[in-house]
Amino acid sequence: MATKSADKTLVVVQLTGGNDFMNTIVPYTNGHYYDARNKVVMKQDEVLPISDTLAMNPNAAPFKRLYDEGKMAIIQGIGYPNSNRSHFRGMDIWHTAEPDRVGNEGWLGQAIRELDPNAENVLTGVNIGMGLPRAMAVNGVPVTSVGDLENYGVMTRLEQERLREKALEAFKGIYGQAIGTGPVADYIGQTGLDVLKGADMLADVAERYESDVEYADNQIAKNMRDIARVHFADLGTRIFYTSHGGYDTHANEMPTHPKLMNDVSGAISDFMDDLEEHGKADDVAVFVFTEFGRRMRDNGSGTDHGSGGGAYIFGKNVRGGLYSEYPSLDPSDWEHGEDLQHTIDFRGIYGSLLEQWLDVDAKPIVKGEYEQISPFAN
Amino acid sequence: MKSERALVAHLMRRAGFGATPSELDKLTMEKTYEEIVEDLVTPERFPALDQSFIDRYYGGEQVAVHVGKWLYRMANTQRPLEEKMSLFLHHVFPVAWGKGEHNPSIYNEIDMFRRIGLTDIRTILLELSHDPAMIFWLDNNENHKDEINENYGRELLELFSLGVGNYTEDDIKAASRAFTGWTFRQPLSLYPSGNYPTEFEFLADDHDYGEKIFLGETGTFDGGDIIDIIARQPATARFISRHLYNFFVEDEAQVPSWNTEPPRNAAAIEKMASVFTETGGQMRPVLREMFNSDFFKQAADFKKVKSPTELVVGVVRQTGEFNSPTPGIYQFALTTLDDSEVESTMAVMGQKLLNPPTVEGWHTGREWIDSGTLSERIRFVESQFEDVSKPGVREMVERVGSLHDDPAHLVSRCLDLLGGVRVSRHTYDSLVEYARGLASMKSGESAGVHNLLQMTASTVDYQFE
Repeated sequence: MATKSADKTLVVVQLTGGNDFMNTIVPYTNGHYYDARNKVVMKQDEVLPISDTLAMNPNAAPFKRLYDEGKMAIIQGIGYPNSNRSHFRGMDIWHTAEPDRVGNEGWLGQAIRELDPNAENVLTGVNIGMGLPRAMAVNGVPVTSVGDLENYGVMTRLEQERLREKALEAFKGIYGQAIGTGPVADYIGQTGLDVLKGADMLADVAERYESDVEYADNQIAKNMRDIARVHFADLGTRIFYTSHGGYDTHANEMPTHPKLMNDVSGAISDFMDDLEEHGKADDVAVFVFTEFGRRMRDNGSGTDHGSGGGAYIFGKNVRGGLYSEYPSLDPSDWEHGEDLQHTIDFRGIYGSLLEQWLDVDAKPIVKGEYEQISPFAN
Repeated sequence: MKSERALVAHLMRRAGFGATPSELDKLTMEKTYEEIVEDLVTPERFPALDQSFIDRYYGGEQVAVHVGKWLYRMANTQRPLEEKMSLFLHHVFPVAWGKGEHNPSIYNEIDMFRRIGLTDIRTILLELSHDPAMIFWLDNNENHKDEINENYGRELLELFSLGVGNYTEDDIKAASRAFTGWTFRQPLSLYPSGNYPTEFEFLADDHDYGEKIFLGETGTFDGGDIIDIIARQPATARFISRHLYNFFVEDEAQVPSWNTEPPRNAAAIEKMASVFTETGGQMRPVLREMFNSDFFKQAADFKKVKSPTELVVGVVRQTGEFNSPTPGIYQFALTTLDDSEVESTMAVMGQKLLNPPTVEGWHTGREWIDSGTLSERIRFVESQFEDVSKPGVREMVERVGSLHDDPAHLVSRCLDLLGGVRVSRHTYDSLVEYARGLASMKSGESAGVHNLLQMTASTVDYQFE
């Protein structure tokens, strides 16, 4: 590795709703695919081939470029056992790495605890977007969740400087004094102070950022840009998280899915360019996942919840290519008679990221040992 | 004064969504505490909101419209406990429209909760088992005579009535068999608009009429028989009592750990459970017992973190912006109508009404709070109290008085006007200091009483119900 693992940063991008893996990495020469998909299907002459059997979705040209440059690892057939196709249970499983019982601790929250055991930096883990994902939530592990980077913090609506100063002083007093008055008040008090600390550190991040990369005007692009801005400020963040919604394409998939592909592939490739421009490309890996793939057969307008899906790792230090195996499309192999069987357990991929990139012992987090891949260049 | 103001404020926060100062004036003047409790558990004494009036102003079949209607009801009902019980049932029986396609069934379910919240456990579980939203959510429509699906049977016992440790896997199978054939139908085609309600349907030829052994009793039980047996179990009395205690009195550990974590106040749960058992699982007597008990009255300080719904509705009641059906109330809960990519304030605070994260429902108590949700709570109250043209804010600002009054009096009036908020001595002192600071600002620096309202609602103390 180019630098020691202590300097590595992991960016996790969640595609919320269950991205259609078969229409993202398209088995464009496979008759079973065309038999199963009547209307929600990628045409053979429009896709962007990456091999004799697989092609990229035509709206994900930036992914094709990254793949061709060897910066995109495609993990085919990622999933978990006994999928019940529920988004919530599905996301829960991905977030806590516990498919067999309802877990309480997020896998990334646990990793943050290992990376910053004394909770010295409230920005070791940063979520960009609304609401803290369960993946980052562990009691006692401070994680900063930023909805709006320019206005992160409290009392941000008070425009007048002196008033704002007074308000912050009062807030600090009230929250500081709550500490020691009872377990929950104590916790809320501490969280309030963490918000103030995070806000101080993030205060001029937006202004300090300069780049020639022009991100598109959509939410995922803005979020990736915010991640770049915080990362370039060198505030010690090791894990970033963000989400891109809209992948639950039960209906109208053909008109809506292209925009999702376009937005997410553009945002990630712009982010990679931004890293390159700032000389930070060696130390950042981006992991993209979704809770499940979709059903083999379409329903005429969209696709329903399925099982095995795909995940992706991007980075200059990533060894691009295909990992694991594309799930069999033969109808006799379909799970529940209608889904792709997963071919690799997601906990092995978490293990690969934790151990090979962040240098964190994965066993206690994923509760065991699972087959890993070797997606990083040495 | 017939009743103590602080205590009535506490009662109205827990049994409803808080009281405005004039409501507190009237209640404490006219009624004893026990009379107010009696009014709360007997909502028929007060007129219901006129549904057709609400429908006229909030038209449309989208889920967002219906979430907005529910918030409007919470903010304006004269039957606060009825609405609070429907929120309670939504917490305990969390069905999410995000799973599927049956939008109307989810808001019909909330109407059902409002109707049955103050009945008895047998009625509640029976209605729940007939509810298309629940049937679809837990796959009972895929629970067939020849191929049972245990999802509903399991959750009914684990999360909705007995709690882990009080039944066996065989009981789950027996319960599941008893509910085979309990499904729903879609009388009118769901597509293209997707807004036709579903209704319960019993398919006799898909029902398992065989003998079952359930919790030690043997018979050719159907779902109704199973519920009868469940309703008689002491475990059900304790489990439901603990749920009520957790929702109305004091935050308990998260539900899945209840079989290993003892209750915060075992004596309180036993007392409520005994009333439950004596009255055949009636909700009203249990709630009456609870609200009139010392443990409830003593649970006013730092015992229960406000849920996002309680925070938002409480503040909306204070600002008076939605005392009539003004457009836009749904935006607090769901922004999908606006095609917005920005999540609603309640979603950012961690509670999407009608869309709980899992069948476990929301993790409550301290788990409502993290750096993101806390800053959103504060951003929300800042934005709600900064606009002095809102009728409730204007009234509060006028009643608090001039910034140049004695700062201690200003703070006391603020706390009272915000619904009898109780704060620690430290917080009180900090607020007085802040009020003094506001008064010292030069003219041209536009500090106002509303800044003190904002700060009061931004305190640690205000995060507690």
